[in-house]
Amino acid sequence: MSRSVVDQLNNTLAKRIMVLDGAMGTSIQGYPLEEADFRKGHFEDHPSPLKGNNDLLSITRPEIIEEIHDSYFAIGADFASTNAFSGTTIAQADYSLESAVYKINFESAQCARRSADKWTAKTPDQPRYVVGCLGPTNRTASMSPDVNDPGMRLVTFDQLVTAYYDAANALMDGGSDIIMIETVFDTLNAKAALFAVLKMKQERELDTPVMISGTITDASGRTLSGQTAEAFWVSLMHGNLLSIGLNCALGADDMLPHVKLLDKNATCMISAHPNAGLPNEFGEYDQTAEEMAEQVRPFLSEGHVNIIGGCCGTTPQHIAALKALADEYKPRSLPETFQGEK
Amino acid sequence: MSIKKVPDMILSGLEPLIVNEMTGFVNVGERSNVTGSRKFSRLIQEEDYEAAVDIARVQVEDGAQIIDINMDDAMLDGKAAMVRYLNLLAAEPDIVRVPFMIDSSKWEIIEEGLKCVQGKAIVNSISLKEGEEKFIAQASTINMYGAAAVVMAFDEKGQADTYQRRIDICQRSYDVLVDKVGFAPQDIVFDPNIFPVATGIEEHSNYCVDFFAATKWIKENLPGAKVSGGVSNMSFSFRGNDIVREAMHSVFLYYAIQAGMDMGIVNAGMLTIYDDIPKDLLECVEDVVLNRREDAAERLVDFAESLKGQSVEQKESDKLKWREGPLQDRITHALVKGITEFIEEDAEEARQGAGKPIEVIENNLMIGMNVVGDLFGAGKMFLPQVVKSARVMKKAVAYLLPYIEEEKRRTGNTSSNNGVIIMATVKGDVHDIGKNIVGVVLSCNNYEVIDLGVMVPAEDILDAAVKHNADIIGLSGLITPSLDEMVTIAELMEQRGMTQPLLIGGATTSKVHTAVKIEEKYSGITVHVLDASKSVPVASALLSAKKEKFVADLRLEYQEAREKNARKRGKKSFSSVDFIRENGAPMDWESYTAVTPSFIGNKTINDYPLAKIRERIDWTPFFITWELHGKFPGILTDEVVGEEASSLYRDAKVMLDKIIDEKLLSCHASIGFYPAAAVAGDDTELYMDDSRTEVLATLHHLRQQTQRPAGRAFRSLADFVAPKGGAVNDYMGGFVVTCKGAEELAKEYEGKLDDYNAILVKSLADRFAEAFAELMHEEVRKTHWGYVNDEQLSNDELISEKYQGIRPAPGYPACPEHSEKTTLFKLLDAEQAIGCQLTESYAMYPASSVSGWYFAHPESRYFALGKINKDQVQDYADRKGWDMTKAERWLRPALGYDE
Repeated sequence: MSRSVVDQLNNTLAKRIMVLDGAMGTSIQGYPLEEADFRKGHFEDHPSPLKGNNDLLSITRPEIIEEIHDSYFAIGADFASTNAFSGTTIAQADYSLESAVYKINFESAQCARRSADKWTAKTPDQPRYVVGCLGPTNRTASMSPDVNDPGMRLVTFDQLVTAYYDAANALMDGGSDIIMIETVFDTLNAKAALFAVLKMKQERELDTPVMISGTITDASGRTLSGQTAEAFWVSLMHGNLLSIGLNCALGADDMLPHVKLLDKNATCMISAHPNAGLPNEFGEYDQTAEEMAEQVRPFLSEGHVNIIGGCCGTTPQHIAALKALADEYKPRSLPETFQGEK
Repeated sequence: MSIKKVPDMILSGLEPLIVNEMTGFVNVGERSNVTGSRKFSRLIQEEDYEAAVDIARVQVEDGAQIIDINMDDAMLDGKAAMVRYLNLLAAEPDIVRVPFMIDSSKWEIIEEGLKCVQGKAIVNSISLKEGEEKFIAQASTINMYGAAAVVMAFDEKGQADTYQRRIDICQRSYDVLVDKVGFAPQDIVFDPNIFPVATGIEEHSNYCVDFFAATKWIKENLPGAKVSGGVSNMSFSFRGNDIVREAMHSVFLYYAIQAGMDMGIVNAGMLTIYDDIPKDLLECVEDVVLNRREDAAERLVDFAESLKGQSVEQKESDKLKWREGPLQDRITHALVKGITEFIEEDAEEARQGAGKPIEVIENNLMIGMNVVGDLFGAGKMFLPQVVKSARVMKKAVAYLLPYIEEEKRRTGNTSSNNGVIIMATVKGDVHDIGKNIVGVVLSCNNYEVIDLGVMVPAEDILDAAVKHNADIIGLSGLITPSLDEMVTIAELMEQRGMTQPLLIGGATTSKVHTAVKIEEKYSGITVHVLDASKSVPVASALLSAKKEKFVADLRLEYQEAREKNARKRGKKSFSSVDFIRENGAPMDWESYTAVTPSFIGNKTINDYPLAKIRERIDWTPFFITWELHGKFPGILTDEVVGEEASSLYRDAKVMLDKIIDEKLLSCHASIGFYPAAAVAGDDTELYMDDSRTEVLATLHHLRQQTQRPAGRAFRSLADFVAPKGGAVNDYMGGFVVTCKGAEELAKEYEGKLDDYNAILVKSLADRFAEAFAELMHEEVRKTHWGYVNDEQLSNDELISEKYQGIRPAPGYPACPEHSEKTTLFKLLDAEQAIGCQLTESYAMYPASSVSGWYFAHPESRYFALGKINKDQVQDYADRKGWDMTKAERWLRPALGYDE
């Protein structure tokens, strides 16, 4: 199966721009969920509150998660990203749920798998794929939390490798086709994740495609750990990637210049999944699908991307608008070699 | 289908660095390297990471496009230093914007470095040296981290030194990397070995030409591969002659870059522009680099001599030529070169020409000593040479003294000097090598040094200062309790209303301690003096017209040191005693079987054969004593100090022969083993016998307390012995070794006005004691305790502590509280058994002694306690039966809070 995934994807990507799904969190907010929904049948006696730990819903309310995946496939998305953004022992330590990490990843992959299989059966000429997601965790390997002690680290490379390795194996066990290391704000974390994925692929003799998506945090044009978009790509190019791209933190118009830099330099596919604009003072995203599509249009009309999707604040309506754009334009063609900044 | 072009090499820090035909030659900065830069090495040893980070910053500002980082030093925990340095650099955007070259001969250090860089680095280096399998494994691992790699032209048979060997090994390495590992060809950087030329050895003459040819071949035949190398190595034979060296580097690079060399590890400050090299020099250098004529090396050597104005290698027949010069030149030469042979006849000649005999000292000898002082100050002479100069000076003065006394009787005139300095090692401390060196250096500079010796009570020092009308008082000490004694002396000086400047020196003293603890106690001037080379500038500033400015600057500097220290202190946070005890080192007792020692109780070993101990001497610290910094044996060929280090090493070997032949020193040991168990509250109980009923002694340990990332243990020596009542019946050991006779022998030399040999004897006695401790530890591991029997380690491996088990000493980082030594000495009855005793500050006497505890568990390891909090000090006081004041006094260097 997996060998053909690479070939299938490369075939399709040569012909058209593929479409990632939109935000999971925004869709979940549309369901009236209570503390009990996060515990149901599995974590009834857990001593601390669990509401807000959305990854758990893949275990306790799988039908909701599957329904959300369905909603994106229904408007023509090609990929479902697993509901496991915080599915590492490091991130789940906040809830004392390190022991649930395998199940979170496995069941999240299963939810997406069931939905993808259902839709592949409905539209055999558009096979749907499960993207197993590895989030950034809440700790950084190349930054100190203490301004007075810049050499201090709360997490080591080795600890990250162990956590990501366990999560990646569970995502594969649950039926993921692709692994995506996403919302990278510290490249060293991503290098640890990539190390873990490469190790897993070697051990399981897989050639699973790997996508990486970084986050440019603000107008400085750098990741949180200080790298430019080109340096971010160079630091991860050893991963033999399916795609490199950017997501989160910025709306489409602010993201565009950095996607252009990646487009100019990277020798693999380019992905982008911006937020639905910037959050308002209540932390809500109010950019409409049409507004977002207009901002995203140059990504495609100028030929900068191969894969497009949405991050925070995006809904099936947003993704439907992006899908319409994707069908309108040709995909980016691959550059021969690195061009540099100048 | 056309052949696909190999992509460019791209590296990254915070920004990318592309290496291709357009980039030009890439400068790799060489200064953040402990093996290559004395300054950097010192900063890392002293853990002055702030200044070490600045070294990287300056290189980037000066145009280095990549920074090479190397922490290979036996005195260092290389892994920890690499991690710490890289983590700190990560916080400096103006430095970390460039890629790093992670440089180590140890793979573990390289891998640890790769785990700290978010960018794409270069590994320096890997090679086929240890076979293909290891090479493939390491290259594959590098691929998983994402880095380029320097590949040395080195294989199972050794380093390539011909053209053919270079290209054969590079071809083979390339094929393995590209075909078997899947390594990106553009990320392979070959180092085809740059060796010294013009060495006088014929086989070396073609080294540069071979390098150029190999470079050209690599660039033509191995698509994508890059070429790099350490450039300054090629001019090694001309060390000391920067004009020739700079020209050689420039010429070498001129041709190497033409041949295709892509990058090089260089000191950008040591390059001249090819076109600026004078024609005649250029011709000589090109003859050598391109091996154009048979006598090229000779001609360049001659040319270098003409530049220097003196010969590089003096011929035998020229050796006495200096005797033909005028009197003053001869005296100066003898002093600078440390030649005692003719000094009396020259002094006599000078006396006959002088109005008064004292003028020979004030004029002739001081002119020579001023030259010595200037050269030392400029870093052109080193400590052992200065001590030899002092020997010449003393001999001349001794010869003149009767004439001077005679003159004094006749006229009543007294001599003049730069000032009177009282020096002493403080009460409770016996260490005096450093103090003696400072004394010699100061007296060379015409200060009258009154040395009161060791273990001198405060009152005696101050009385002597009054009696001799001293201008300066200098205090020395090596062990931590001496720091307190120095504070006491400062307080006493204040009480007595004294005003002399107070100089503080010795291994555990520091600027921070002086500023925070001593200076504020005394309204006079207090100065910390880092080493002997600083003593003269400090003394002369204090006794000159420059004094006011010097003192004003100093006060400001110490004020800043205090503020910085206060800030540092403020941010230390501690965990509670209960918490740290619950989170000690995780020890696997389940699968541990304690080995029963071959005896329980004590054993004395007298007169251990010195020849056997000699083989185990670790020479690096010996050179540090003499203020020559670098790792042995590399230090013997070091560019800067190599010549002097070799000379000192020769003298040391001669002295060792004499000591061993004539049995001038003797080494003795007392060791013991006891049934042991960890009990509650970080204590360890030692028992009379295996019935474990009668407690022989209780050891009190401390535990790391500063907060650390989750999951990291709070270590204590208490962790390394199995708990009482558990399945394992564990043991512990203790030892005291001592080297006797040094004081007496040194006195003999001092009597002969030979400070050089006196200091040499004492520094060698220290090495004997250390080497003996190491040797005993091995015998303990293999025989006396016998918990390993298959250990096969080289001396280097032993020095870097690759063995199982540890031997920490009270007063050192894992257990800094000195008074525990009393328990050890009582247990072993060390004074009765081998005549080694403790002073009131728990210094061991004779000074050349080493003691400690033995732990056998494979998980036991050295660590530094760091700072501790008040709750642990209270707990410790309770355990020792002390009051808080006493506990805080003995734990003062470890206190993490303000008393």
